[in-house]
Amino acid sequence: MDWIYALSDWLQALAAGNEPWNSYARYLPQLLEGAWLTLKLVVLSGIVGILLALPLALMRTSKNPWLWSFPYAYIFFFRGTPLLVQIYLVYYGLSQFESLRSLGWLWDEVLSQPYWCAIITFSLHTAAYIAELFRGAIQSVPRGEIEAAMAVGLSRRQQYQKIILPRAFGMILPAYGNEVILMLKGSALASTITLLDLMGATRNVISRTYMNLEFFLMAGVIYLLIAALFIGCFRLLENYFNAHQKATHLPTGKLDVQVQDEHLKDTAR
Amino acid sequence: MKVSVRFLTGLLLVLGSFGLQADTLRIATEGAYAPFNFIDSSGELQGFDVDIARALCEEMQTECEIVGQDWDGIIPGLRAGRYDAIIASMSITPERSRVVSFTDPYYSNVLAFVGPKDEELGTDAASLEGKTLGAQRATIAGQYLQDELGRHVEVRLYDTQDNAYLDLAAGRLDGLVSDKFPAYDWLRTEAGSDFEFKGEDIDIDDKIAIAVRRSDQELRERFNEALEAIVESGRYAEINAKYFPFSIY
Repeated sequence: MDWIYALSDWLQALAAGNEPWNSYARYLPQLLEGAWLTLKLVVLSGIVGILLALPLALMRTSKNPWLWSFPYAYIFFFRGTPLLVQIYLVYYGLSQFESLRSLGWLWDEVLSQPYWCAIITFSLHTAAYIAELFRGAIQSVPRGEIEAAMAVGLSRRQQYQKIILPRAFGMILPAYGNEVILMLKGSALASTITLLDLMGATRNVISRTYMNLEFFLMAGVIYLLIAALFIGCFRLLENYFNAHQKATHLPTGKLDVQVQDEHLKDTAR
Repeated sequence: MKVSVRFLTGLLLVLGSFGLQADTLRIATEGAYAPFNFIDSSGELQGFDVDIARALCEEMQTECEIVGQDWDGIIPGLRAGRYDAIIASMSITPERSRVVSFTDPYYSNVLAFVGPKDEELGTDAASLEGKTLGAQRATIAGQYLQDELGRHVEVRLYDTQDNAYLDLAAGRLDGLVSDKFPAYDWLRTEAGSDFEFKGEDIDIDDKIAIAVRRSDQELRERFNEALEAIVESGRYAEINAKYFPFSIY
């Protein structure tokens, strides 16, 4: 990220010691580095979250109480408690247990690191919401499509692989995009466990400069830009996976006369 | 519960102060900076600052009312005339000096390194290379850590001093930099019993004084005289000894 500092030096030279421009130029790199960390946190926890959510949702839709009770309790807990409480439990709570601290690698490299604590908490949190989205989508795959799958002789496993899950994934995409953006905003809580994400970096800069308005405004703009980036990515994904929703009707005039129908003529215009 | 007790005490004190005569001196303190100012189990404001305030009032032969006030609003409240002085372990800084007047200092704050008893912790940049150190955000200790050692150590900044203590106790930090006297208080608790001060104190020339309105120069003089008197008479040393076995003047 050296180019950011080069840019900052150049801007500082441009400001030529004039406040407040000099401070803006001087502290901007810290905000941008924070934004990069925020981006990493959200993307990584969004991916881990959806991977965890799939088995949870499949278990949740089962009729066997041994299978659905765990995801039920899990989702209930993570949706029902504030993210701040969860992040404190993982970061400050787990570290209270002596036995955890003697786990060697697991403690030294993972649980003692604020970065991994944040990733773990955010992933577990968002997985609960995504699992619930998946459950709703799996249950709303049209009955007729499943019957059709059975009719052509697909096994239960094949039905899930080829019909139900791809359909469910398409259905949850818009809501999943929503969840990732919520997570982007929730990630500001990483600053409470010493991480210098965008929020943490901003608070640090403000504690030095006392320029609350300016730097919170800058942070707000950067959050907006990141959100815009996510919105754009999800639009592309939706266009790819839900292409059928955008399909234009074929001109009916070119169809075989036998399949031409009155109602097709109406919508073709 | 703590908050509501504090809030109610504050409310009662504020309400009570309306009924007092004009010659009663109202003094604000924060109540969240043990052992300098804190709220005891019966909801009373206590601590070094409070004892000093009472001694000064006695010396000046004035009726005094001590009120609790959150840190953020403590200077605005003074300027708005809700009380006449702040005795709340406030450091003299150039920014504050522009809006309030400070008396002579009544103690000096120093910073100190705190680390585990069973581990060596050098306090110079070379021996700290690569270590992880913590401090509270937006404090003089936090600024010192970033400015003086930021290139050599990994700095972690916490929202509250308590969270920094928790992480030190959990072994995530090799040490922390903090105001010395509150840390001294923590080291005497059970959680802090495995830790100690490391190396020399860091003297950053941080002086703690009483703040009054800039228009109240007469009151400032009275505080200065009273302060000198209680230092002379040994009353100050008595209060000092109640909290610390060493002089903080």
